[in-house]
Amino acid sequence: MLLLEDGTLREDGWHHVADDEAIPASGDITVSFTRWKEVGATLNGRSGKLGLRLDNTTAPADVAPDLSHFQLIVLNFPKFTDGRAYSQARLLRTRHGYKGELRAGGNVLRDQLLFMRRCGFNSFIVGERAVKEDWAKAFGEFDVFYQTAQDGRPWVMRQRLNAAP
Amino acid sequence: MYRYDDFDHRFVDERVAQYRDQVRRRLAGQLTEDEFKPLRLMNGLYLQMHAYMLRIAIPYGAFDSAKMRKLAHITRKYDRGYGHFTTRQNLQLNWIKLEDTPDILAELASVEMHAIQTSGNSFRNTTTDPFAGVAHDEIEDPRPYAEILRQWSTLHPEFSFLPRKFKIAVSASTEDRAAVKMHDVGLYLRRNDKGEVGFEVMAGGGLGRTPLLSHTIKPFVARRDLLSYLEAVLRVYNQYGRRDNIYKARIKILVQSLGAKKFAEEVEAEWLASDREAAALPDNYVREIASAFALPAYDNTPVDEAAFKRDAAANPAFARWLRRNTFGHKSSNHAVVTISLKPVGETPGDCSADQMDLVADLADELSFGEIRAAYEQNLVLPHVRRDALFGLWKRLEAAGLGTANIGQITDIICCPGMDYCSLATARSIPIAQDLARHMAAKEEAIGTFNIKISGCINACGHHHLGHIGILGVDKNGEEVYQITLGGDAGNNAAVGTIIGPALKSDAVTGGIDTLIDVYLKLRQDGERFPDTYRRIGAKPFKEALYAVA
Ligand code: SF4
Repeated sequence: MLLLEDGTLREDGWHHVADDEAIPASGDITVSFTRWKEVGATLNGRSGKLGLRLDNTTAPADVAPDLSHFQLIVLNFPKFTDGRAYSQARLLRTRHGYKGELRAGGNVLRDQLLFMRRCGFNSFIVGERAVKEDWAKAFGEFDVFYQTAQDGRPWVMRQRLNAAP
Repeated sequence: MYRYDDFDHRFVDERVAQYRDQVRRRLAGQLTEDEFKPLRLMNGLYLQMHAYMLRIAIPYGAFDSAKMRKLAHITRKYDRGYGHFTTRQNLQLNWIKLEDTPDILAELASVEMHAIQTSGNSFRNTTTDPFAGVAHDEIEDPRPYAEILRQWSTLHPEFSFLPRKFKIAVSASTEDRAAVKMHDVGLYLRRNDKGEVGFEVMAGGGLGRTPLLSHTIKPFVARRDLLSYLEAVLRVYNQYGRRDNIYKARIKILVQSLGAKKFAEEVEAEWLASDREAAALPDNYVREIASAFALPAYDNTPVDEAAFKRDAAANPAFARWLRRNTFGHKSSNHAVVTISLKPVGETPGDCSADQMDLVADLADELSFGEIRAAYEQNLVLPHVRRDALFGLWKRLEAAGLGTANIGQITDIICCPGMDYCSLATARSIPIAQDLARHMAAKEEAIGTFNIKISGCINACGHHHLGHIGILGVDKNGEEVYQITLGGDAGNNAAVGTIIGPALKSDAVTGGIDTLIDVYLKLRQDGERFPDTYRRIGAKPFKEALYAVA
């Protein structure tokens, strides 16, 4: 699996611990929300960073009290046509103030990257078919946006209002 | 009408470039058909029975002569010289080649048009009253809001992969001419006691397998809050709408299963918790968009009423057309003209390239270049001086566009059905053609009447809302037709009820004729069919229909 972060491709350094797998004593790991609820408190003393994997039916509000424990949250697109994680991402970023790395996993395709980034994702598990230039280009296909979103880019209504005499 | 500014131009150009690259990658094998499909659908390209079908958006049905001429040109150059106006205020071309589509989209972009999101599980073309801006019964022009919604709903980063398609309709008149209640979200423009403009927001309407009318979820949303409130509706739907079953994925099922009240509470909670300022719609912005829709400078010399009456008296066919196809304009010297795309015996909604060019010419000469597409699959010239009507009628007549049947029984709404559509379970066009031929002679006697025909349960022909609705289904390899009675669109929207066993294709016209006879016999003065049906119930219709069948 390759990871694309702001235009660069690299290997994923995180270990994504399965629910039936023992938790390693060190290294950067992610756990599922179920696992976190079981063993959360015991993970605080270990060395290495901690990340959380959320399925797309978990309401961000349910995770909100625990967000300070995580440096990474991985949201899931079981199929690229299943867009629930876009709303989760926006809610995590806006309502719950999550500032860490927000990663898109699952069926992540080049033509959805820009939407994802606009909703607040900043890393993407993109699979082996990724071609660096092509994927990077996906972010640059548009510079006109009709909605306010999470990436802080200017949007048309604001631009028009600012330009008005 | 709205003109693209630099942002809009750059946006559609970027979209064409993006799509061109997607087609290139598809043809080069870098995209699988499964991956490409949603991308082409987001640009209105379907794979149909015989070829690709391209669905071009006519945002809220408002366009002009230059756009119409471009459409005529595209149908000639890339298709077979005609197009089909749909119930979504769109135009469909049925014989398109994949390789040509980037060029077609570039041609459309050159006249400020596109095919973005005319398909796919996202926002579709926002629809409104075809008489918007000129109707005498209007509170305020809905087009600026429809344009604001068009922009806001275009490539929305959060809501481009919804459980299912999402349709919004806006109405701003006393009479709802946009079938608002059958939409996922419907907006009725309202004024509160302080005279401020806002919207009654309805949610959960839709036809298809489970036809449902929408419910009011908030009686008044200030216009400043329009976008933030809609984002809240969509966010609730995006998270909780079903994705396990395509037939249960529309917002109507969510509203139905939660109950409208609970759904409204969920939306309200989401809205109150959201950053309402970020998407607030300032008054000066609405004013700026609205200025693009200012009415043209009318010639207000009084119409010579005597001459007008003389022409009408001397030409009964013209008088009839006036009665059927014109509608009251805000200016008493003008009329709103509907051009029927339902000549008896032809395919409802079809329009040839030559007819498109003619309508463009007429619009330039007589209607400040403006044209509208109505969801009833007709065209509208919104500002015609009344003393030009006689000449207009003669030219329309000569081109086969003078049919005087608006709102009548031969003004049939009909989807393409099995002649074109790969989802169809039966043909719909031949049924409409045969019915129209048969009913034409009685049309005047019958008066206002809506027949609506769909070739499958997806209900693109709105059959549930027809006074009489016809749904083609497949029964063991045979096309049979289910008849529903008592449907209605508009303010008194109602979903029709199935009267009984389906009819064979050759029994449809005769069967409908029988139903009409019952109606003519039993109606009380001024009663429209749905009123009679509600008063007397299904029994007399049922007895007559199945006695002869
Ligand atoms: S109702 Fe069915 S047959 Fe008719 S256009 Fe829609 S999908 Fe096709």
